[in-house]
Amino acid sequence: MALLEVENLKTYFYTLRGVVRAVDGVSLTLEKGETLGIVGESGCGKSTLAWSLLRLVPPPGRIVDGSIRIDGQDITKMSESEVRRKIRWRRISMIFQGAMNALNPVYKVGEQIIEPMLLHGYSKKEAMEKAAELIKAVGLPTSILDRYPHELSGGQKQRVVIAMSLVLDPDIVIADEPTTALDVVVQAQILNLMKKLHWERKMSIILITHDLGVVTELSEKIAVMYAGKIVEFGTADQIFQNPLHPYTQALIRAVPRLKGDIHKLEYIPGSPPDLRNPPPGCRFAPRCKMAFEMCDKEPPLIEHEKGHYVACWLYAKR
Amino acid sequence: MYRVELGEEILKVQDLKVWFPLKRGVIGTILGKPRLFVHAVDGISFNLRRREIFCLVGESGCGKTTTGKALLRLVPIYSGKAYFKPRKETLAKLENMGVTPDENGFVEIFGLPEKKFKPLRRDIQMIYQDPYGSLNPRFRIKDILEEVLIVHKIGETKEERLDIIERVLEMVKLTPPSEFINRFPHQLSGGQRQRVAIARAIIANPSIIVADEPVSMLDVSIRAEILEVLLNLRKLLDTSYIFITHDLAIARYICDRIAVMYLGKIVELGDARDVIADPLHPYTEALIAAIPDPDPENRKKLRDLKIKGEVPSPIFIPPGCRFHPRCVYYDQAKERDRDIRDLCPSVEPPLAEVKPGRYVACYKHEIVRQLVKSGVAPTQTGSSQ
Ligand SMILES: Nc1ncnc2c1ncn2[C@@H]1O[C@H](COP(=O)(O)OP(=O)(O)OP(=O)(O)O)[C@@H](O)[C@H]1O
Ligand SMILES: Nc1ncnc2c1ncn2[C@@H]1O[C@H](COP(=O)(O)OP(=O)(O)O)[C@@H](O)[C@H]1O
Ligand code: SF4
Ligand SMILES: [Mg+2]
Ligand SMILES: [Mg+2]
Repeated sequence: MALLEVENLKTYFYTLRGVVRAVDGVSLTLEKGETLGIVGESGCGKSTLAWSLLRLVPPPGRIVDGSIRIDGQDITKMSESEVRRKIRWRRISMIFQGAMNALNPVYKVGEQIIEPMLLHGYSKKEAMEKAAELIKAVGLPTSILDRYPHELSGGQKQRVVIAMSLVLDPDIVIADEPTTALDVVVQAQILNLMKKLHWERKMSIILITHDLGVVTELSEKIAVMYAGKIVEFGTADQIFQNPLHPYTQALIRAVPRLKGDIHKLEYIPGSPPDLRNPPPGCRFAPRCKMAFEMCDKEPPLIEHEKGHYVACWLYAKR
Repeated sequence: MYRVELGEEILKVQDLKVWFPLKRGVIGTILGKPRLFVHAVDGISFNLRRREIFCLVGESGCGKTTTGKALLRLVPIYSGKAYFKPRKETLAKLENMGVTPDENGFVEIFGLPEKKFKPLRRDIQMIYQDPYGSLNPRFRIKDILEEVLIVHKIGETKEERLDIIERVLEMVKLTPPSEFINRFPHQLSGGQRQRVAIARAIIANPSIIVADEPVSMLDVSIRAEILEVLLNLRKLLDTSYIFITHDLAIARYICDRIAVMYLGKIVELGDARDVIADPLHPYTEALIAAIPDPDPENRKKLRDLKIKGEVPSPIFIPPGCRFHPRCVYYDQAKERDRDIRDLCPSVEPPLAEVKPGRYVACYKHEIVRQLVKSGVAPTQTGSSQ
């Protein structure tokens, strides 16, 4: 049994202007100690998927279908209080997109780190000890605990946010764009830290990013999302050495590289669909160079080679 | 791929400084505390040629945007000169106002009073990073573009102006123009909005466009499309670009030369591809080593970071080489190398040509040491010859 199994998950936002199908039938699995990268462009549903895994989808959104099993237990069926006691932060935690800029300015860093521990029955002393241990683990001096967020640099704040995600020793940490606001040098420092935490703590990490370079820093497996769906899933080697989906292929060719030939950069004409009204069939079809008559029906996600899945009619049995 | 033949020099910036004064407060003023400055741009020089794409790279806060804004005089210039070669029509207007160019047709633009600078606003334009914030949300696309034409008195009649607007929209591939002309910015995608911003910058046919991170807010899948628009325009209109980016990989593809900035100063300057393939300044080396080029092997090892600590405040610039507190080379070499030990923490290294066309401000290079030791005044030059 995998640590995390997501099956046919659908999370929709019921807005006044229509239903946004932000996550629309996503399935994936994550083994203990594994790292999974989720890549995709702005608005394709990455953060919504992450919020769903923590059962923290903000209104007017909600999970409308599918299951999320952690060690076989479906958390979509649990009550909110059960999720709070057993799952959230304990089994699965999250570094939210932009969290480093959302630290509470009026509390010291230490107070913010121990708060969830106090809520989960730690004594103040135990919590302070744990906070000191974690702050060292993320490469900061313990004196940071007595400082206010505005006194810290971007990189230091992001380390604090990472420490906060670890307070209840979760098995899975989701990191949603953890380095997007940072400069490359600081980004590399943070990614190094996450690698170390993964190796030393055998922690499973789900790394969400739009950056194909960042995703390879950490991910053994990669899921490529497009317009609310996973269109390709495989090991990092499979995705980069043998990309199958025309979207993945085009995305890789759109990235300028630091070494090698200077090829003509590709782009994908058009823009992603409005998720209130996605095109019928393959959602990538309107932008796809390879589209043919089958593509106005929805392609199934099939296993093309061992462990390498793709949702595209070029590979499916018709 | 991506390169074209360059023309003559059209801009020469010399020792530009943009310092922003910090507010002292009443007590500070009474006590006569020294005035503090943010040294956003702290003495940089470079030249730009026609059709050239000159790239400024560096971490956030190093002074890239401020440099770009200085050329449009959108920030107060503390000191320095910029010699610019205006087009014929602009020159005629300037001469009418009593401004005479030098024998090569250059005019010093930082010293001009605002009224006399006005005709030059047409020749130097800027594209901003944020396609969401840079367009007035209450204006239709055609009004946004027509405004520029009216300000610069281009096109006699409304019909003539509309004609120009349609042609420019075609150039930036917002086609058919009739479909876009009456829309508001919020009715466009991010990529389309950035194309309107480009259209607005080119509609007056400027000689220089300062493009400040023009694609960094856009999705990867559409970036190349926008870059292509910029590159086609340079072929079509002979535009030169000051291209600001923190993405060295993009710079490698589209830029001719690159200047690496650190804390308000250019620390390395040279052919973009040479600098990236073979960086000569320890900071450039560290920047490149930090970039995750997509490769599944990356996850197997920690990235070797050739830099210590964090960027210091631009208020208190470290003495000597401003990079020395973070420099790994300095740490390693200071025991065995007396020059490094003596010079790095105390004397600012000049930007010197250490190989043909390659300028570096670092004492690792013998030529830089010699310049300082022989007492030649530390000069900074970024000329392209
Ligand atoms: N609270 C909300 N109400 C309505 N729609 C929402 C809400 N939050 C997100 N959406 C929509 O759901 C879709 C997916 O958004 P999501 O934030 O998950 O994207 P993302 O992949 O994380 O994008 P980014 O890379 O920009 O962070 C988008 O169409 C978005 O507009
Ligand atoms: N109007 C201003 N007033 C005071 N400081 C400023 C102003 N504009 C920029 N700065 C400071 O100048 C430095 C350089 O900024 P900027 O040119 O925007 O850098 P970059 O574009 O390289 O990120 C930064 O320290 C920034 O905070
Ligand atoms: S001058 Fe000295 S401190 Fe500065 S970059 Fe070179 S070696 Fe490092
Ligand atoms: Mg997101
Ligand atoms: Mg900037």
